[in-house]
Amino acid sequence: MRLLKIVPDHTNIDFVSLRSWAFGLTLLLSVLAVGLTAVKGLNFGVDFVGGLMIEEKFPTPPDQDKVRTIVDNLGVGQASLQQQGGPQTLIIRLPVQSGADEGATNAVVKKVEAALGQAFPGATFSRYSTVSGKVSGELIRHGVLAVVLAVLGIGLFAIVRFEWQFGVSTIVAIVHDLLMTIGFFALSGFEFDLNIIAAVLTIIGYSINDKIVIDDRIRENMRRYRKMEMREIINLSVNETLPRTVMTSVTILLALVAMLLLGGHVLRGFTAAMILGIVVGTYSSIYVSSSLLITLGLRAEPEGIDKPRRGGGMDNAERVAPRER
Amino acid sequence: MLDFPRWKVVSIWTLLAVLCALAIPTFLPESTTANWPFHPRVNKGLDLAGGSYLMLEADTQDLANTRIEALREQIQGSMRNGTPRILIGDISTRNNQISFMLRDPSQVDAARERLLGITGGGAGMTGQREWDIQVVDSSRFVLTPTQAGLTQAVKTAMEDATDVVRRRIDELGTREPTIVRQGDNRILVQVPGLQNPQALKDLLGKTARLEFKLVDTTANPADVVKGIAPIGSQVLPYPGNPAGPPFIAVKRSVIISGDQLADSRQAFDQQTNQPNVQITFNAIGGNRFARVTQQNTGKPFAMIVDNKVISAPNINEPILGGNAVINGGFTVESANQLAIALRSGKLPVALKVIEESTVGPDLGADSIRAGILASAVAVALVVAFMFVTYGRFGLYANLAVVINVFVILGVLALLKGTLTLPGIAGFVLTIGTAVDANVLINERIREERRRGRSVVQAVELGYKEASRTIFEANMTHAISGVIMFILGSGPVKGFAVVLLIGIVTSVFTAVTFTRMLVAQWIRREKPKTINI
Repeated sequence: MRLLKIVPDHTNIDFVSLRSWAFGLTLLLSVLAVGLTAVKGLNFGVDFVGGLMIEEKFPTPPDQDKVRTIVDNLGVGQASLQQQGGPQTLIIRLPVQSGADEGATNAVVKKVEAALGQAFPGATFSRYSTVSGKVSGELIRHGVLAVVLAVLGIGLFAIVRFEWQFGVSTIVAIVHDLLMTIGFFALSGFEFDLNIIAAVLTIIGYSINDKIVIDDRIRENMRRYRKMEMREIINLSVNETLPRTVMTSVTILLALVAMLLLGGHVLRGFTAAMILGIVVGTYSSIYVSSSLLITLGLRAEPEGIDKPRRGGGMDNAERVAPRER
Repeated sequence: MLDFPRWKVVSIWTLLAVLCALAIPTFLPESTTANWPFHPRVNKGLDLAGGSYLMLEADTQDLANTRIEALREQIQGSMRNGTPRILIGDISTRNNQISFMLRDPSQVDAARERLLGITGGGAGMTGQREWDIQVVDSSRFVLTPTQAGLTQAVKTAMEDATDVVRRRIDELGTREPTIVRQGDNRILVQVPGLQNPQALKDLLGKTARLEFKLVDTTANPADVVKGIAPIGSQVLPYPGNPAGPPFIAVKRSVIISGDQLADSRQAFDQQTNQPNVQITFNAIGGNRFARVTQQNTGKPFAMIVDNKVISAPNINEPILGGNAVINGGFTVESANQLAIALRSGKLPVALKVIEESTVGPDLGADSIRAGILASAVAVALVVAFMFVTYGRFGLYANLAVVINVFVILGVLALLKGTLTLPGIAGFVLTIGTAVDANVLINERIREERRRGRSVVQAVELGYKEASRTIFEANMTHAISGVIMFILGSGPVKGFAVVLLIGIVTSVFTAVTFTRMLVAQWIRREKPKTINI
């Protein structure tokens, strides 16, 4: 049986020479993402802004204007509507109720329920949640803290296990991935809720995974080919690990696309974020973080430290690098 | 490396088999497994099963106030009743402090001695004082609660409150509620299957502090409406007052309180057939109630719940049996609720709902179906893809992935974990990353083969070189998983749990387990070449 090879043997793409283009593109996209987020803002879920979210399921697709009028007439604040999953399901969001005690929010849920039930017989809620303003502030703080700590923790790990340049380039690449993801949420208007923080942390984890694999190979090749130019080492390493990078990305994407299409609407934003994160993370591993190592001045032989050669008995001469066909 | 002694093979298979077996009860209906001696089960989270989630927060300011009020009463009592009697005046509880004057400044030392007796030596085990006692201008005492004392008080109150909440929820007859303390002053309540949490919230919103006090009949009704009561009395709201304004003046001193209750039940008034609440006092409470009703026959007394007067009937005759009835325009439901609240004890601190979510059963069921379908399709796609790419080695990896799914479920069941929707997503991701380990290994083997190494050498080096990378990659994954677990709440935590379990199990199945399979195959077949 002939086996599938996504990346042909002896692939040799000069990634490093593309880096000025890649840096430019990366910078441009990052600026765009930041600008877009600043202008359009994120569609924060109740987790983060506080307030009330009711998901109502109607027996037939409802007239949204009618729903809006009914809810607005209850005098509980401006309702924002959003279709979810199918035309029969609407998400109704209301701001934090003034008066702020729990009785107020509960009363609103009941009121909305009753009014909609009357206007649309057979309509039922499928879920609702209320979050007080205080808690939502905490959730934001914790969410941001989790992301920052994860980035720092992983960066620190890379610095301890490798050289400082690896840590820095990794953190830069992660920040890039984060900006892209946030920009995507600003652009798409998907709800940004607590689940998305989990997705973002996963993206960080995955993207790092990718970078560590390449970094690991660069380190290995630095020890193996001590006289080789840094840019050659990086090209060689990225190419050597390319089959794995592509293979893994494709498998995870397969799993996530299945999730996106079949996993139900509750997780749609979550999986969309992860899919984007994996594409962006793969890109940044190949083009951003490894090339950045040259810019940061990584040398094959750091002064003063003579690292022991790996794999005693396996001399370079014995090895046949794939480039020397 | 290819040397796998028999004991190792046996223990790896045994371990995996046991972990997979732990997942079995989860797939069987509960009625089947109920009688098994050991049946760990993965619980479905509320987002999958439907149900309600409430986050309650204690009002610590309220607790501090109650504490100050209680100490004030204690001080007054002990100064008055102790020997020598110490005369105090001008006692106030402003700015979270208690301050009072001594009539006779020469008693400062005696007063301090007595205060130390009341406020206790130290707070809990830390030995720190609960109150700071200061003397200003030689005769004014100022007592300020210390942070340590307050923290200790909140802690104790939260422990009691959690118990009370648990008792109340149990009374509602709901199944398998989860009640956990969170942080310093929060309680998380999860009740599967409860679609309408209103009753629960009503019940938990009641402090249920029951007090009986005598009505102050000397009070001027015009003053009462303005909120002014005679000295020694207070004005309380009385929403159901049949005589007029929704306020009534009562004596401050408590005749009897809910602490002396033995039981309370919802019942019906025999004459009017109205729902009411029947309460039974314990021995001490019953005696005191009998004495007070004997002394005050013909006078009205107020039944007060959470500082609101429910009813204020006349004492027609001494009540000796230790039983009393609270009437007050109840419905069956509200009477039942009050009965439950009273019999489960009063909350030491008022609780407020700060976060709530409810998932309907339909959505939950939809989500499960969608999640399982998506997971199954994801596994199928990955399995097919791995097979066409790596052949036999892909097959081994696939076996590892499938076993891994069951192992994760088994471990989750063992840890009494809960599977949430994000947890399912964590699953899908774990499948993806578990495959990554095998991809790393197999790609290495391919490389080593290209470099002209023999089959055994290539496999050996492939595993060796890839293992280091896999370790490093998974470490970073674990770092973000741990952070998510510590900082995350709700969905993030559910995700992190599955991820962390998955990291450990997938490394084991993807590296150790497949290496064993490959090694056994190579030893058996001694292939000259491999198709990878």
